Amino acid sequence: MSYEVIGITVLWVFLYGYLIVASVDFGAGFFSYYTKRTNKNHIIHNIIQRYLSPVWEVTNVFLVFFFIGIVGFFPQTAFYYGSALLIPGSVAIILIAIRGSYYAFATYGAKESRFFTFLYGATGLLIPASLTTVLTISEGGYISYEDGHVQLLYGELFGSLYSWGVVILAIVSVLFISASFLTYYASRAQDKGALDLLRKYALIWSFPSIIMGVIVFFLLGGRNPEHFSNMVDLWWMFAISFLAFAAATYLIWKRRNYGTAFILVMLQYFAAFFGYGVSHFPYLLYPYLTIYDGFTNETMAIALISAFIGGLLMLIPSLYFLMKLFLFDADYVQGKK
Amino acid sequence: MFEYDPVLYSRLLTSLTLGFHAIFATLGVGIPLMIAIAEWMGIKRNDPHYTLMARRWARGFVVIVAVGVVTGTAIGLQLSLLWPNFMQAAGHTIGLPMFMEVFAFFFEAIFLGIYLYTWDRFKSKMKHFLLIIPIVIGATASAFFITTVNSFMNVPQGFEIIDGAIRDVSPLAAMFNPATPTKISHVIITCYLTAAFVLGAIAAFNLLKGRNHVYHKKALHLTMVSAAIFAIGTAVIGDFSGKYLHEYQPEKLAAAEWHFETESEAPLILGGILTEDNEVRYALEIPYALSILAGNTPDTVVTGLNDFPEELHPPLWVHYMFDLMVFIGMYLAAISALFVFMNWMKKWNAFRRPLLWAVVAGGPLSVVAIEAGWIFAEVGRQPWIINGVMTVAEGATASPHVDIMLYVFIVLYAVLGATCIAVLRRMFKSNPAEHELEERGIAHTKEQNVN
Repeated sequence: MSYEVIGITVLWVFLYGYLIVASVDFGAGFFSYYTKRTNKNHIIHNIIQRYLSPVWEVTNVFLVFFFIGIVGFFPQTAFYYGSALLIPGSVAIILIAIRGSYYAFATYGAKESRFFTFLYGATGLLIPASLTTVLTISEGGYISYEDGHVQLLYGELFGSLYSWGVVILAIVSVLFISASFLTYYASRAQDKGALDLLRKYALIWSFPSIIMGVIVFFLLGGRNPEHFSNMVDLWWMFAISFLAFAAATYLIWKRRNYGTAFILVMLQYFAAFFGYGVSHFPYLLYPYLTIYDGFTNETMAIALISAFIGGLLMLIPSLYFLMKLFLFDADYVQGKK
Repeated sequence: MFEYDPVLYSRLLTSLTLGFHAIFATLGVGIPLMIAIAEWMGIKRNDPHYTLMARRWARGFVVIVAVGVVTGTAIGLQLSLLWPNFMQAAGHTIGLPMFMEVFAFFFEAIFLGIYLYTWDRFKSKMKHFLLIIPIVIGATASAFFITTVNSFMNVPQGFEIIDGAIRDVSPLAAMFNPATPTKISHVIITCYLTAAFVLGAIAAFNLLKGRNHVYHKKALHLTMVSAAIFAIGTAVIGDFSGKYLHEYQPEKLAAAEWHFETESEAPLILGGILTEDNEVRYALEIPYALSILAGNTPDTVVTGLNDFPEELHPPLWVHYMFDLMVFIGMYLAAISALFVFMNWMKKWNAFRRPLLWAVVAGGPLSVVAIEAGWIFAEVGRQPWIINGVMTVAEGATASPHVDIMLYVFIVLYAVLGATCIAVLRRMFKSNPAEHELEERGIAHTKEQNVN
């Protein structure tokens, strides 16, 4: 494998990691707020707090990892994306800032605040929407490049069906991933009330998520035919994704094996996300930037890959420890610790 | 107000974000060490007061960290958004330390989550103490890596520019450049110093408010002893930094000291103002001191600003920032040393009101010194973003919307800062230490042992 491919694979894996952990987090914030509004918060409040409190900061790191990593491996992306994304990027920063700090204020501060929960819940749905801009513009046609100046075409972005499709897909996926994880977590906690409610949410959001997936798949055909035909060549990855979805929903429906169901949901998004990524290959930003012309020098690539391996050797045991203490410790999950 | 200029607005927005982030980041690096010391003392002396101290500090720390994390994320993204050309060059040369900083942050984030939620989970107190170590290491390592990036911007090395393209990159040479040792040690130790003083100021304030509990006295003593040690370290490193500047960035030193003519036996200028035609008024001149600071001997020749073309001069107002930083540093050293000395003399009472007030003032002042030091270091490198390689104007975005973003971020940070203060106040006001001591049944343990 060339360094370029290693680099993009590493980053894509981290982006996928962010997709999963952040979805759980964003969705949990939304459900927490929504149940507060409908006076059902007492049912799921504990489940959500017990999961989120120790991990919220870790979630954030996945994102930082991705955007620092991409500048390290592909410095030219800083030029194109950095120039184009000033406003959507700043909007994302503001939302992330509000969400992160108000979560801490609400959780560790002295008293509960309805307003803080609102900020936390609302931003959770807007962040995925603002972050998807990056994926949208990577398809090409949304930016202009003239005399060395990169500009985002806002009219094109806001007027395109594809970009709205991606936004809706992101939001419904967040709610589905989150609900299916929390269903599993509630079942571990043997919390019947929370389980019933969350299972209902998972089922409610399952169909919109798969339907939007299909719609976006075809909308992309109109946007970027080259990418679309690559995706059709990789049809089997999307078929795996669909089968995983069907099996996961079936299990949740039948109230069985919630753990397996969540793994299947992860597989569903893994197959779709990697299918999307591989078919986008080799472009980072169609048609301006490929992974080959945007790549860093060889020495830096070797240094980054070494740092990456060293970092993983340190991170994996630590993450395992974290999960063992808070995710797989039955007593903690059930609130006995 | 001004004519729109993306370079100017990018600079303003970056300094706003960094200036705001620096407060939380500094405390975020320093406080874990103080928590670790307190928890360690609690175990070694079997004194629950110290353990509670660690616990309460940790609770406030999370709120500080949260704001530090989100503003850190903001500056990380803003670098690419506001300085796309710079980040492109930086990615090629110092991608490595940026990448490693994220790992350090990751490491810290994982263990912070564990630390906060396992206070009563392990039977052995030592096990819980061990969990703070990765947090201290992670926090300090983040400061280490990110400061190497900044060092590189001051003394870029480890690459060649051939026909406008960056070649022959050596990431380690870029990381460990001549600015690295002094910058890193200075940043890290002043983080510790600031954290010690801010926590000390809280303890002193409680004592002044008449909460005469031994808990606050112990907290004050612990923080002031630490602060005195860190202050001495800061002074020593400050001296090294002067020598470093003399050798590698003489224009920065000359701007800081309003030193125009290259000469030996150069005096150090304290305070004063500069007239339109570059004459220094009302300043205190210490003969030979600048030469001694730069090279240890009075006959060291210190390069003056006149040796540099005028368009490469840093703004001369950085002198005020430099002085502010140095004065506050000396003040912090004096106050903490005085407290430690008075407490050591058994017959004296270190807990007198004037000294307590002086410690309280030291808290915010130490934060001011951090800001002043950063402004001096950053503005002193103008007009370069990568010293001698890329100017600030070449690195900036050309986007037409930076001004709106600046206003939006001003509002954001104002709101975040205000809520953060309100939340911290409420957290500790509604649950004062005395109350918590009582609740945990450790109100009077060990009190008789303290003078």
